[in-house]
Amino acid sequence: MGKIAKEELLQKLSEKFPGQVTETGADFGLLTVETNKEVITDVLSFLKTDAALQFIFLTDLTAIHYPEQEKPIGVIYHLHSLTTNTRIRIKVFLTLDDLHIPTASTIWDGANWMERETYDFFGVIFDGHPDLRRILNVDDMTVFPMRKEFPLEDPNRIDKKDYFFGR
Amino acid sequence: MSDIQIVEAPAGLEGSGFFATKLDQAVGLARSHSLWPLPFATSCCGIEFMATMGSHYDLSRFGAERLSFSPRQADLLMVMGTISKKMGPVLRQVYLQMAEPRWVMAVGACASSGGIFDTYSVLQGIDEVIPVDVYVPGCPPRPEAIIDGFMAIQKLVQTETLRRREEPKYQALLAKYGIQ
Repeated sequence: MGKIAKEELLQKLSEKFPGQVTETGADFGLLTVETNKEVITDVLSFLKTDAALQFIFLTDLTAIHYPEQEKPIGVIYHLHSLTTNTRIRIKVFLTLDDLHIPTASTIWDGANWMERETYDFFGVIFDGHPDLRRILNVDDMTVFPMRKEFPLEDPNRIDKKDYFFGR
Repeated sequence: MSDIQIVEAPAGLEGSGFFATKLDQAVGLARSHSLWPLPFATSCCGIEFMATMGSHYDLSRFGAERLSFSPRQADLLMVMGTISKKMGPVLRQVYLQMAEPRWVMAVGACASSGGIFDTYSVLQGIDEVIPVDVYVPGCPPRPEAIIDGFMAIQKLVQTETLRRREEPKYQALLAKYGIQ
């Protein structure tokens, strides 16, 4: 089983999901595709269960925030096919007023904590997640600190100025 | 003459065969030279503290031979390192479990003020959750600085009156932190 060429991979995805999956780049030969939340579960299941592809390992599940975009929050999946040593990156962008996306924990158990972390820092709500609560931050936190809109604690304080530290 | 140094006696009335002083001072003398620290070390300052405990700097000279890793019988809570907001309640619980009289020393920039970590997850100084007696500056402070802070604590212990912990002022301080 050699590495799957990215053209072949993209072709397979396009045949299975016509018009729903678009290539957005291939940095360092890592195919990056964008899709939408309606088909993301099917795309992930297909990639995992397809006999030729076998992307059985969810490397990472995280999010990103581009405040200037129309759909600012992107949920990002990194998959790894251990049998063919191929990697793929999948992005789904969401609007701020509808941060819902189906959970991937039904496909990979490992997605459970990753989704909790993504919820913790970006506020993405994973529908169907068995236990969606904060995992790293304190429970009573009301903000999502990895978003670009998150302010510094107190812009008026001066006790952290450089001259106090000999800088 | 031997070069062994002993602690000076407190001020008092000396005569042949007797020595009279204040109980406060006698107790303070004993307490200050037998402090039992409870090291609450979370990061780099904790490593610096290990050096302080080692043979070269030898904190044991000050009678702090027994490090108490439990709040039981500990007098001095030494908080060394970054305290995150999630760690705050734990630190507070350790403080509450210590018996009076107790002293607190914030070692290093993080414990004193949050240090360089001006972020959503870090407590900006442990004095937000517990009262602090001595702050040791530095990032990290050298062992000499930790010893200096320790000696500052000793001075506080020596000069503390036996009734201080019952005073309304002290009760008010604790009440400010929500401690009864």
